[in-house]
Order: sequence, then structure tokens, then C-alpha cells
Amino acid sequence: MSAAVGREAAPIENNFDVERIRKDFPILNEKIHGRPLVYLDNAATSQKPQMVIDALTRYYAEQNSNIHRGVHYLSQLATREYEDARVKIQHFINAADSHEIIFTSGTTAGINLVALSYGRKFVHAGDEIIISTMEHHSNIVPWQMLCEQTGATLRIIPINDAGELLIDEFAAMLSSKVKLVAVAHISNALGTINPVKRIIELAHSHDIPVLIDGAQAAPHLKVDVRDLDCDFYAFSGHKLCGPTGIGTLYGKSHWLEAMPPVFGGGDMIASVSFEKTTYNSLPYKLEAGTPNIEGGIGLGVAIDYLNSIGLDKIAAYEQELLDYATETIGAIPGVTLIGTAREKASVLSFTIDGIHPHDIGTILDQEGIAVRAGHHCAQPVMKRFGVPATARASFAFYNTKEEIDALAEGIQKTIEVFS
Amino acid sequence: MADLSELYQQVILDHNKKPRNFRVLETANRRQEGYNPLCGDQLTLYLEMEGEAIKDVAFQGQGCAISKASASMMTAAVKGKSKAEAETMFEEFHRMVKGELDPESEENHLGRLKILSGVREFPARVKCASLSWHTLHAALEGKDESVSTEQPDDGT
Repeated sequence: MSAAVGREAAPIENNFDVERIRKDFPILNEKIHGRPLVYLDNAATSQKPQMVIDALTRYYAEQNSNIHRGVHYLSQLATREYEDARVKIQHFINAADSHEIIFTSGTTAGINLVALSYGRKFVHAGDEIIISTMEHHSNIVPWQMLCEQTGATLRIIPINDAGELLIDEFAAMLSSKVKLVAVAHISNALGTINPVKRIIELAHSHDIPVLIDGAQAAPHLKVDVRDLDCDFYAFSGHKLCGPTGIGTLYGKSHWLEAMPPVFGGGDMIASVSFEKTTYNSLPYKLEAGTPNIEGGIGLGVAIDYLNSIGLDKIAAYEQELLDYATETIGAIPGVTLIGTAREKASVLSFTIDGIHPHDIGTILDQEGIAVRAGHHCAQPVMKRFGVPATARASFAFYNTKEEIDALAEGIQKTIEVFS
Repeated sequence: MADLSELYQQVILDHNKKPRNFRVLETANRRQEGYNPLCGDQLTLYLEMEGEAIKDVAFQGQGCAISKASASMMTAAVKGKSKAEAETMFEEFHRMVKGELDPESEENHLGRLKILSGVREFPARVKCASLSWHTLHAALEGKDESVSTEQPDDGT
């Protein structure tokens, strides 16, 4: 936090030194096909600052040991660093207690953990689970699997043509049959920022718990799980400048206490005999086996890094980038923007008349520009907009307006190739 | 460095815009679905077999320029050929787009299909070019299940 102090007074545009920030990311110096990398695939994964890369190296060079086991120095050191990271995550999302932070391999694992544990205990035949049209496959398939196993029904919140949830229709779906609502905070395919606080209020008025898929939100806006009052919040480290293979499931204590473990093994037990095993306390009950220790430590360092800049400043700068990109790219004849919600994060999904997104992706790649082309693991929302796929540029705080200009030029070139 | 103009040659762009044999084949006695999960390319291939001969062939579906042009050129190339001839072309085409067969220096039966050899410089696009051929192969084998390029999607 301290790095941000002293810069608070200046207006955002003056104190957001993107050129200095870019120096923290070694990969931004890479050349792709002989051109400077323009990395606009941040919704898939973010790049990593040097301090995160250094933390991983330092861990293996100087600290590597298993945690929660040894009395020896290195084990204690690794345990401390790993558990410190848990506390950093707790503060990052303003959870009430660090034992509400369950380390997972990522958002997908977090959602599946809730489906397998909460779902098996609390969801039965005839019950309902509500998700939305714009969910990523990882917030669709686990619930479909649960419904198949239990005989529950999956219900879908519809969206309008801008890509916004129809909240009145959602409210009308709520009843005592609904056992969980699971929605994205920000849509990965459209960029829509959903009114999750309102959704949670409405669900809670029927005593229904809510899981928020925060994969796209955690890197781009300040998340406060207590202000939201969500019951579960899942996100990934790798979209947050951290390593891959690490993420977090936040759960309110009383839910996590009530949930049975999904995996059994080391670390999740208090005592084992062949007659009876007693489970460990939270969070360890839900974390069987040796975890991704360097991932947890690396994620903690990534959070330190983001805090040193400030999530509010990141959000404001990215909004500027999005506004500029929406104007610049949206003005190109033949380009259609998919997802035009009033509240949007820095995702620009688009199609070009007569050109398949995969061809757009290949031509932009030759210009050194990395975008995502495809259905973004969100086929139902593609279907809703009547397209098989889109091209998607997604921005991070280390991107620049010059890079958006390069994207615009690349799109013009794509149109020329196909003219 | 891979050359874009090699990949998007005029002939390929033309087949993309005006795909040949792009229709439902009413006389078909074999029908095969092909799917590329990576980019959502989907194609339905129709074959009218007369004994061992491909009497007629057509396709429908949606996909990128490479997959559409490749399917279009394939239908033009295999129409009137025997099953064995088409299988030889499938095998040679597959090796060509993977860079294992140089159509300029090695003997082959690819003819106009050589124009798709530029795909070998774009590994991410090899599956686009070969989807229609895998689908044809499955149709000739008389397989029932749909064909996938088996490329898993990579998340968000």
C-alpha cells in the first residue's frame, strides 16, 4: 500500500504512470513476428510483474519446503509465507476471517468445490439452481452435472441485447425451490459488470445463498465480499498478475463449516484411525494434500503489487482505455461490438462483417497483437447474440492508447486482406 | 516469418466468399458432422457413394476462411474420385499441412490443393484446414459419431 501514498492527491490521469508500470512487466519487451508485443488478451490471463516472477524463483531457490508439517526452519518459513498470502487475500477482498479463504487451483476449481460439497449436501430432486445466459462454461457445467446427479433443475436469467441481466425476470424466478444463485461479477465474453449486490439482496430476501464468479472482476475492480454480502466468491490468481494454478474460494464461515470435504487426504484431517477420521478445522478441511505453495506465495506478492498501484486507480485507468477503444474500434465501418452494457469492464468483443474471428486473430497476430478469437468458453451467450464466435480485445492497466491504435490499424488491415 | 499472403491467397479468399458445392445434397447416402471446438467451426458433409466411387459431394456449415475454403476445394477435388483415391489425398493433404510433405518437390496427387500448403506456417490453423478432410475420412469409413478436431478450448 505504501507506494501509493503521497500520490493520492493528484488526479488519476496525472499520476497513473503507465510507462513506469510497463517496466515492471518483462514480457512487454518481447517482439512477436518482429513487432512489439501488443498484449490484449488479459481476460484470458494477465502478464506477470518481475516481483512475482522473482518470488517464484526465490521460493524454489531459498525457501522450498512442505508446509504445516515440519518443525524445521524451512518448513516454518514456507508455512508462514503461504499463510501470510492467505491473510493478504483476506484483506484484498475484505473477508471477515482468513479461514474463509480456501486456496484452490483457480475459479473453476472453486465453483466445482461448491457444487460438489454444498451441492451434494443441500441440493435435492425438485430444487432449482439459477445461473445466467452470460456465464462462462465453468459456471454452467458444474451445475449441470449437479442437476444430473440430484434431479434438480437449472434455470437461466435472460439478458437484453446490450448484454445486461433482466433483473425483474430474475426476481420472478426466486422461490423456496431455489437452493443457489451463481452469476458472474463481470462477463468474460461481453465485459458486462453485473449488479451483483442487487442480485444478492434479492436472493437473500428468499434466504437463497449466492455464489459470485469473480474471475474477471477481481483483477479490475475493488471487491468487498462483506459489502456485497455474497456467500461464495471464486477467483483465479493468474488473471490477477499471479501464477497459474492458484486461486481462491471465499465462503462465509457458516457455509464452509456446514460443507463436507470433497477430497480426503493429508492436511485436511485432525486425526485418522481406521475406525474414525476427524476433519481439520477451516480452511484446511477443504484443502487436502500438499498445495500449490509457490502459487499461493506468488499470488500474495501479486496482490502486494496491485495494492501498490491501487485497484481504484487501475479501474479508472482501464475505464479510460475501454472508452477510447469503444470509440476507436466501434467507429470502424463493418465492425460490430458485442456487449454494450452501460456498466462495462475493459473487454471489447467484436465481429467484422464477412470475416470469421479466427481469421481476425491470425492477421492481428502477424502484427504482434494478441487477442482472443472464439466463443470464450461461453457458447450460450454467443448463441444469444447469433454469432458462433467473436474477436475479443481485453485490456489491463499496463496497456496504452497507442496499443489500441495499433489494434485499430490491425483491424483495418484485416478488412483490406478480405476486401 | 510466416507470410500472411501465403495463407490468404486470392484463390482461398475466393473459395471462402463463394464456396463450391455449398448445399444440402438430397441424393446423399452418407452424412457426417465435423466440429472444431477451438473456434466453433462446424460442418456437415454429404456424400453420394456409388459403390466405391464418390459420385457427388457437398457441404454446409460455418467456419473461418481457411476451413470453408479447404472444404470447398476438397469437394471439388474428390468429386468423381474413388474411395481409395480420396483416402490417398486425405493422407497427403494431412502431411502437407503438417509440413511433412513438400508438394513442390515430392510426388503427390494434391493438384490445386497445394495452394493450402501455406497453412503449415500457422500451426494454430492446421486444424481449420484439415477439419473437412477428417470429416470426409470418417464418412468414407462409415463412422457414425461426429468428428472433432479434439482441440480442447483453453478457457476464457
